[in-house]
Amino acid sequence: MNNELMTVNFGPQHPSTHGVFRLRITLDGETVVALEPVFGYLHRGSEKLAEERTYTQVITLTDRMDYTSAMTNNQAYVLSCEKLMGVNPPVRAQYLRVISAELSRIASHLIGTGFLINDLGAFITPLMYCFRERERVLELFEMLCGARITLTYMRVGGVFQDTPKEFWPALNNFLTDMEYHLDEYESLLTGNEILLSRTKGVSSINTDQALNASITGPILRSTGYDWDLRSVDPYEIYNRVNFEVPTGTNGDNFDRYIVRIKEMRQSLSIIKQCVEQIEPGNVRLDLPFLIRPDAGETYGRVESPKGELGFYIISDGSISPYRCKVRPPSLINLTLLNEMIVGWRVADMIVTLGSLDFNMGEVDR
Amino acid sequence: MLSENLWFHNIYCFLYTGDTGVSGCADSTGLLPESLNWMPYYIAGFSMVLVLINIFMAFGALYTYAERRLIGRFQSRVGPNRTGPFGILQPVADGIKLLTKESMIPDDADKPVYNLAPIIMLIPVILVVAVLPVGEGTFMTDLNIALLFAISITALTTIAIFMAGFSTGNRFAMLGAMRAVAQLISYEVPVVLSTVGIILLTGSLSLVDVVEAQAIPFILVQPLAFLIFLIGGSAEMNRTPFDTVEAESELIAGYHIEYGGMKFAMFQLAEYASVLINSAVITTLFLSGWDGPFSFIPSPIWFLLKMFFMAFCFIWIRATLPRLRMDQVMSFAWKFLLPLSLINIFVTALEVLIFGVNGSFTISDLWIMSGINFIVSIIGIMIFSKILEIDSGFNTQFKVTV
Amino acid sequence: MYGLGIVKGLFVTLKNFVRKPATISYPEQRAPQHSRFRGEEFAWYEERCTGCASCAKFCPLGIIHIVTSPSEENIPEGDSYKLEAFDIDIARCMFCGFCVEVCPYDALFMGSGFEEAQYSRQDLVLDKIKDQREGKNKSPSTWFRPQLESQKYLPLAGQEMKWDDAGREQWSYHPAKRPKKDLLSWRNKNFKNKGGN
Repeated sequence: MNNELMTVNFGPQHPSTHGVFRLRITLDGETVVALEPVFGYLHRGSEKLAEERTYTQVITLTDRMDYTSAMTNNQAYVLSCEKLMGVNPPVRAQYLRVISAELSRIASHLIGTGFLINDLGAFITPLMYCFRERERVLELFEMLCGARITLTYMRVGGVFQDTPKEFWPALNNFLTDMEYHLDEYESLLTGNEILLSRTKGVSSINTDQALNASITGPILRSTGYDWDLRSVDPYEIYNRVNFEVPTGTNGDNFDRYIVRIKEMRQSLSIIKQCVEQIEPGNVRLDLPFLIRPDAGETYGRVESPKGELGFYIISDGSISPYRCKVRPPSLINLTLLNEMIVGWRVADMIVTLGSLDFNMGEVDR
Repeated sequence: MLSENLWFHNIYCFLYTGDTGVSGCADSTGLLPESLNWMPYYIAGFSMVLVLINIFMAFGALYTYAERRLIGRFQSRVGPNRTGPFGILQPVADGIKLLTKESMIPDDADKPVYNLAPIIMLIPVILVVAVLPVGEGTFMTDLNIALLFAISITALTTIAIFMAGFSTGNRFAMLGAMRAVAQLISYEVPVVLSTVGIILLTGSLSLVDVVEAQAIPFILVQPLAFLIFLIGGSAEMNRTPFDTVEAESELIAGYHIEYGGMKFAMFQLAEYASVLINSAVITTLFLSGWDGPFSFIPSPIWFLLKMFFMAFCFIWIRATLPRLRMDQVMSFAWKFLLPLSLINIFVTALEVLIFGVNGSFTISDLWIMSGINFIVSIIGIMIFSKILEIDSGFNTQFKVTV
Repeated sequence: MYGLGIVKGLFVTLKNFVRKPATISYPEQRAPQHSRFRGEEFAWYEERCTGCASCAKFCPLGIIHIVTSPSEENIPEGDSYKLEAFDIDIARCMFCGFCVEVCPYDALFMGSGFEEAQYSRQDLVLDKIKDQREGKNKSPSTWFRPQLESQKYLPLAGQEMKWDDAGREQWSYHPAKRPKKDLLSWRNKNFKNKGGN
C-alpha cells in the first residue's frame, strides 16, 4: 500500500503549543516522519535593547524573558553584574534571593506540570489546581515587591527592599499548605494508569545524547545524570542548605514529570531551612543608581527551573553594557526535538512538547 | 397498554365518550362527542409524546449547564453564573448564539448527506425515550424487545458520524470520522455482551420486566457487567477518557469540524442527550429503575434521581481522567473488555443453571450469586490487566526509513 | 491491578468538589491587595517636587514629560524650579517603579489602583499638575517608602496622605524650615571611588 506523506503545519496559534511555536511536521499516517521547528514569533530584541539601557534598567528586560519564573532571571543577571563589579551582596540579601528563587521555581514547575496534564486531556482540572497554588505564590511576591509577574525585585548589590512583617507568617502558611497539595497531586496523577500508559517509555533519551546536545535542567536529570548547578557550583548560600537532587531513570515523559514534582518538594525544604537560618541585617549595598563596572567580561549562571540560565556580559566602562548575551535553556533544550519526536505518533508529540516545558519568551527573547 | 399506562389512561378517559367495556374507563362520558371517538387515542398519545420529549430535550439543554457548573466545582471554581439567576439561562444564551450564526456549506460537500447527518444523529437518541420505564405505571410502550431496541437504535449514531465526516470535503474530518466509527463499533460488542447477563437473570428483554425482577439491584449481582457497561457507554458517547475523536488539543480534528450554527448545536445536543439516555438505561438495568425504599416519594422522582446520579458520575469521570490514545482505546476494548464480558456470561450462565431450577430466584440466591460474581470479577480484572501490560512495552518507537 | 490509581484520582476530585471554590467574584469581591502594590495612578506631591527630573532620566521608557523654567526667587542653593508640565503616560508605562525609587525628595509615589482604563489614548496621559490642583485624593502605595509602612498606612482604607507626612526625611525647599545638612561631605563619602562624576 502506497502511503503518501502529508505535511501539516502545526501553527503558531494552537491550543497546545505553549506559546507561539510553529512546527512543520511530515506525517505518514499518524507517525511523524520529519519535523522542522520555526520560532521567532516572540522576538522583542531584548539583547539589543540591553545595550541602550543602564545596568539597573536591564533588570526590567530580564523579567520578561522567562515570564513564568521571573526571579531566577533577575538572579542570573544580577550575579553576573556583581561578578563584573567585584562586590558581594550582604548575607541577608542572599537568603532573600534564594527564598524568592525557590518560590519562583515552584511557580514555574506548577505551570509546567499543569500544562502537561492539560495536553494529556484531563480537561484542565489539574491545571486549575496548579493555578490555585500558583496564586498563593504570586500573593507572596506581591507582598515582597508589589507586582506579581514582572517583578524587578533584585538589584546589583542585593535585593531592593526588605520584607514586610506579614510576609513570614504567610510564607509559613504557604509551606504547610503546599506540602499537602503536592501529596494531593501525586495521588491524583502519579498512580493514574492512563497517565502511565501515555507517558512511560515515550520519547526517551539517554545521557550521552543529552550531554552531547548540552541539555541541562530537569531533562538532563531525568536521564539519570545528577547535574544541578546549585550543588555542583554553588552560588549564594546554596552551600549552607541541604537538599537532594532528584533524578529519573529512563529519560521519558513520565520521568520528566516526576523529576519536577520531586524538585518542588526539595524547593520547599530549602525554603524552610532558609527561614530558619535567616538573620536580620542589611539587604542592599549602598551603590549608586548608575553603576560603572570596570571594562571586562564575565559569565554568570544560575539553575533556573528550565535549565542553566547564563548571562555573558561585556562591559566597556560606561553606564550600559556593551553586549549582554543570554544562554536560554529552553532554546538549547529544543535541540533534541528530532530524536524525541520522529518515529512517535502525533498524540505523543503533543505530550512530549508539554513535558519539555519550554517557554517562548526565553527561546525568542 | 390502555389499562397499564396510568397517564394515557387518565387522559383517554377524560376525553372518551362511548362504550366502557372496550376502553375500560370508569366513566362513559368524556369531553369529546361520540362521533369523534377515534380522536382521544391520538390526542392522548400525542400529548404524552409531546410532554415526554419536551421534558427530555429541556433536560438535555439543562444538562449542558449543569455540566459546566459541576465541572467548575470539581476544579474549585464557579461555573457560569452571570446569565440569569445562577446562570440558569446559559443554555438559552448558547442557543441564541448558535441560531444566529451563518450556516456555511463547503463547496466540496455532498449537500443532502451534509444536511441530513445532524438529524440522523439526534433522532435515534430521542426514540429511546419511548421504551424507558420512567415510573411505576408510566412508560410509553412495553415492548418485549425493549433492550434490544434501545441498544440497536443508539448504534445508528455511528452512521450519522460517518455521514458527517464523509460528506464534508475535508480529509481531516474524514480521518476523524473513520477513527470514531472504529471506536464505536469496537465498543458495541462488550456493551451488548455485558447485558446478556441481565437477560439470563430475568429471562426477558423487556425493560419493565427487568425493573420488576430486581429484588436487589443488579449492580450488586453483576458488578462486572456494570463496569463494562459504564466504560463502554463512555466510549459510545465519545466522552473522556475516550474522546480522541473530538479532542481540541490533537492535530486531527473531529468529524464536526465543518459544521457551524444550529447543525453543530444538534451534534452537541445529541451527545449530551445520549449521556442522559445512557444513564437512564443504566438505572433501569442495574440500579432497579423506579424502585425505591421510601414509598411516599413517587416513582418517577426516584428514577430521575438515579438518572441524575449516573449523569453526575459521567461528569465526575470527565473532570478527572486524561484521555487515551487511539490505539490504546482499541486494545482496551478488544483485549480487556471483551474477554471479561465473555467470562461474565459464562459465570452467570453457570449460576442460572445451578440456582434457577424452578424458573425464578430468591433473594438469598441472588446474594450468593453476587458474592461469587464479585470474586470472579476481581480475579478477572487482575488477570487481564497483567495481559494488557500497562507499564512496559506499551509504547514503541517506529523506525523511520524515509 | 488496573484501575486503583484511577479510583484514587476520582476521590481527590470529589474532595475538591465539596470544598468552597477558590474564585473571587470580581467586581463584587476584590482580591486581597498588599499595601506595597505597584498601581497605575501615581501620587505626586507638588509641595515636595523640585523639578530635578531624576524620575524622567531614570525611566527606562522615557514616558515622564517634565517642562520647567527657572524659578522666580533666585536663592542659590536648593531652590525648586517652576514646574510647567509634569505628565506621565501610562499607556506605555510598565510600572517598574524606578521613578519612585530614584526620587530624592519622596515626591512621587506609586498608586494603588488598577482600574485606570480609558477609551482614548489621550486620556491615558496623566497630567499630574492638574490632578494636584483639582485635589484628587491620593492613596500612595508603600512601595519603597518605609516611612509609610512605619506609619501603618493602608492605601485602600480611604484616608489621604498629606505631603508633610509622606517624606522620609524632613526635607523642605523653604529655607526657613530646612534642616542643616552638609551636602558636599555626603557626596564625597559615597561617590568618591565610583568612577566618573
